[in-house]
Amino acid sequence: MEWLYVLMPIAGVKIFWPGLIILGVGVGIIGGFFGMGGAWMVTPGLNILGFPMAFAIGTDIAHMAGKSLISTMRHGKFGNVDYKLGLIMLVGTVVGFEIGAQMVMWLERIGSVEKVVRWIYMALLAGIAWMVFHDVGKRKKLERAAAAKGEVLDDSVQGIDFASKLHKIHIPPMVHLKEAGIYCSAWLPIIVSFLTGWLAGILGIGGGLIRMPALIYLIGCPTHVAVGTDLFEVAISGLYGAATYTWKGRTELVAAMIMLVGAAMGAQVGAVATKYIKGYGIRIAFGLAVVGCAVSIFLKLIKPWLPGYGTLLDNASTTLVLGLVASMSIYIFMRMVAGAKRELAMKKNR
Amino acid sequence: MKAKLSRLWWSLMAMIVLCPGFALAAGGGNEAPIVIVADTRKLTGVLAWWANLYNESHLQFMLLTIVLIPVTGVVFGVIADLIMSRIGIDLKSKDLPGH
Repeated sequence: MEWLYVLMPIAGVKIFWPGLIILGVGVGIIGGFFGMGGAWMVTPGLNILGFPMAFAIGTDIAHMAGKSLISTMRHGKFGNVDYKLGLIMLVGTVVGFEIGAQMVMWLERIGSVEKVVRWIYMALLAGIAWMVFHDVGKRKKLERAAAAKGEVLDDSVQGIDFASKLHKIHIPPMVHLKEAGIYCSAWLPIIVSFLTGWLAGILGIGGGLIRMPALIYLIGCPTHVAVGTDLFEVAISGLYGAATYTWKGRTELVAAMIMLVGAAMGAQVGAVATKYIKGYGIRIAFGLAVVGCAVSIFLKLIKPWLPGYGTLLDNASTTLVLGLVASMSIYIFMRMVAGAKRELAMKKNR
Repeated sequence: MKAKLSRLWWSLMAMIVLCPGFALAAGGGNEAPIVIVADTRKLTGVLAWWANLYNESHLQFMLLTIVLIPVTGVVFGVIADLIMSRIGIDLKSKDLPGH
């Protein structure tokens, strides 16, 4: 079975290449659907396949730049990308990302990069999952209250609405973001993007995991526009991230290219699937994925305290991450197929 | 509420101002960064050339990376598009409005 393994020329490790393609397709679909690079699945996934963490981060960012670019083009045609918002956020993202990446290099020198990255991941995922489900829970409550009065709750009503309060801060310059339907201070997206970019640089992700909920809950974008705009950001910041990590010698391009074959095609499927699913449907699926990811990282974190169960915990974490990628991508693919069937049937009846 | 928002704003501004200082302090000192060298002894053909390029010039390796990655993404993404439009899926408009 030697042919199923390819030697990575830089990292010097042999990697199971079908695993890279499967991971690529899965995270491609999930990324195109949720508007993110999917690094939160890829980085642990690559690590599980045998990559050292420092290489896993750079390789992951390189592949996400390619798939997010094509996915942004698709979302752009659906009117889901607010380019003006994306460009404003780019300023904060790039500055924040570079500072985060420098901090990772420092952590690598003192030898604690894996531990720190995993703890930050954990805290972040827990916070995001709480926010998403709190939002969904509040929205459901409002729906029930409206139904009790014999009314139907408007699609625009949200469970959590921090954004409208933040829009009231009128610090010039003010900007009107057409696709997102927002009028706010330009400082709002700049600050949000700086903080999300900084975290992304530390975690070695494109930032979509943090920026997508930030776009919805802090900036106030509709879910579909958050997905598209986020991908635009991921494409550009991912390309910048790929350049900076490669410059530092931490990218395994052969692995990134193998993954990209599956990821680019998967990302298109994920992007088209958003056509058929409502905003809150995307939020719920996103929240579930975040919970699964948090559990898998938690299993890795508790390993030092349970040395007797090390192998069991490793296997459980691997199964969970790969199972999560598989089940989410199959679910999104099935919804896309069902939606496409409906669309084709309607076309036929016209 | 106004006072709270004002506190939040100034806290964020302080973070932005202080972050670069912290990061530079964190990355400072006289320690040399870790340099990883690819072992080319077991490699042949394209992989050997690739690893040599990495060892000799990170700049050239980086330039090639940022060209190859988007090109590969676009090529395979367009293939997926062609398949989907051949099936008959409308790739230009979305159906569902709402938040």
